[in-house]
Amino acid sequence: MRGLLRSNLVRHTLLALVGIGLLWLLISALPGYRSSNQIAPIAYTVCAAAGLSVLVGQSGQISLGHGAFMAVGAYTMALLQEHWVTGHSNLQLVGLLAASVVVSALFGAVVGVAAARLRGPYLAGVTLALALGLPTLASYDRLSGTLGGSSGLTVLPPVSPAGIDDSRWQAFICCVAAVIVLWFLANISRSRVGRSFRAVRDDEIAASLAGLSVARVQVLAFVLSAGCAGLGGALLAMLSLTAGPLAFQLSLSFALLAAVVFGGLGSLAGAVYGSILIVLLPQWSQDLASALSIGSAKISNNIPLMVYGVVLALAMLAAPNGLHGLLRQLARAATGRRPVRKLTSRPMEGT
Amino acid sequence: MFQFLNLTLNGVSTGMIYAAVALALVMIWRATRIVNFAQGGMLMFTTFIAWELTEQHNVNYWVALAVAIAAGLVIGAVAERFLVRPVENGPPLNAVIVTLGLLIFLQALAGMIWGNGQAYSYSPGFSIIGYRAGSRTLLFSPNDLYIVIAVTAVVLFLYVLFQRTSLGLQMRAAAFSPEVARMLGVRVGRLLTAGWALAAALGALAGVLAAGTQPGYVTPSGPFDSLLVFGFTAAVIGGLDSPVGAVVGGLLLGILLSYAGSYISNNIPTMYAFLILLAVLMVRPNGLFSRTTARRV
Repeated sequence: MRGLLRSNLVRHTLLALVGIGLLWLLISALPGYRSSNQIAPIAYTVCAAAGLSVLVGQSGQISLGHGAFMAVGAYTMALLQEHWVTGHSNLQLVGLLAASVVVSALFGAVVGVAAARLRGPYLAGVTLALALGLPTLASYDRLSGTLGGSSGLTVLPPVSPAGIDDSRWQAFICCVAAVIVLWFLANISRSRVGRSFRAVRDDEIAASLAGLSVARVQVLAFVLSAGCAGLGGALLAMLSLTAGPLAFQLSLSFALLAAVVFGGLGSLAGAVYGSILIVLLPQWSQDLASALSIGSAKISNNIPLMVYGVVLALAMLAAPNGLHGLLRQLARAATGRRPVRKLTSRPMEGT
Repeated sequence: MFQFLNLTLNGVSTGMIYAAVALALVMIWRATRIVNFAQGGMLMFTTFIAWELTEQHNVNYWVALAVAIAAGLVIGAVAERFLVRPVENGPPLNAVIVTLGLLIFLQALAGMIWGNGQAYSYSPGFSIIGYRAGSRTLLFSPNDLYIVIAVTAVVLFLYVLFQRTSLGLQMRAAAFSPEVARMLGVRVGRLLTAGWALAAALGALAGVLAAGTQPGYVTPSGPFDSLLVFGFTAAVIGGLDSPVGAVVGGLLLGILLSYAGSYISNNIPTMYAFLILLAVLMVRPNGLFSRTTARRV
């Protein structure tokens, strides 16, 4: 039994199953609106943020445009549903989600091939332009018919099993997807692939001397990360019932990066904390704004945005290694143990 | 042929604005190795200040422009001293997040003061009716000429400042090698603050110039976000370390976007920017004006 638990695969699988069970309990215990407003958005954000965290923190490549991969996932789902898959049973949903992952991973491969030649701010520039440019394709004259223009395409929700209401069922689907993503990435990080990511991040020349193909490793990181983001995007489309350009603005890409950096680069747990923060913070500050009952709509409408900006900047000043780094530091101080493993990194350093 | 000329002229004037934003980003990158994503927010805010003065209080265009530039100096200096300085030696991504936080903060602040719903128009400094060539109208107006002259003058001013004055030499020294500069008595911290202030002031000029080119430009986000991305694209095309590259990148981007907008479709300018950037970087991964350096082992 001990030996089995020492195997990462077994341990991660057990944790994932326990996690799914606990999340189901949480979803059924909380009122339904929390499922649709909080749990489900956190879950799809986790999918995208965890992938981004592995890309930036472990393979050392920055992406300011992960919203673009989410958009690819969402549009794949909507287009498939419109043209090929007419029903909306849960089995078909699984197929659609899988297809979204595959298509966005392929798109990630294309971007990754370009990205493998670029470093630091140059890669940041390309991904930023992609994040801003790709959603505008929806209003390109020759594609707006297919992509539904600025209002986007309709997505049909899955049928929930008898006795479970829709919002809880959808939140559960999102949670299962998020747990699968975390399980997958946790195994990848502890495997040969994850080690090659970190080797390439820390020293490209040493990695290539050790027989790794740097470009191939970097493209693989983009593929994995884009696939996870595509799943997140498809789930977002399923929840909001549309795939439209407005959902994938630059602010989404920035929010994902903020979640990753806030949580702690390269750490999957950090991606979860960060996602919780970027989903809940605007909602809490919205509540705060309405509780304060400020007369001017201009001011109260902008309080969430302002709190968000201030928290981002202050969090970086207060906890430079993210929340995960801070927790580790506290744990280390409490147990007196020395640091074990370094998963955090410094991308964008040098060119 | 005439249309081609027109598109080129139009591209030159928008390209000059991109060049100004790109130059501001390059100055900050050279000084502190940080891509200042708050640049878009800073120039949005200063443009709003100028708009408030000219359109709401009937202040003269030039006075408002001067106030905007002064506000840019202050915002840039404050941002460097209080937000960027503490994260300067930390992980580089942290500085990126801090500038994103500042961008969001400035957008929220502008929304609180001026509202998010309306997109205000800013009257340009000069007439926007094109010059006439014989019987035909050029896509180049006195306002475009003003943009070209203003940005060129500022670029020349910066060139003289950096290459011919003691202050400029110290700024370059502080950016090039902070340790050595400090040992030689250069007040590195102050000069980095000054560099940010100058860059933000240049951004403020670009913001006011850009606001006059289109009705409904002045709003907390939207057009200014695109302006930041175009500026960044231009800077990256030129090679982030090269001021000359920033100007050339800006002009190139402006002209190519002008052609693509007319010959293909004008709905997807940011997608063209992405494709142009990708094409340039596939050929030269560190931008057009990068020096070839051996990668550090």
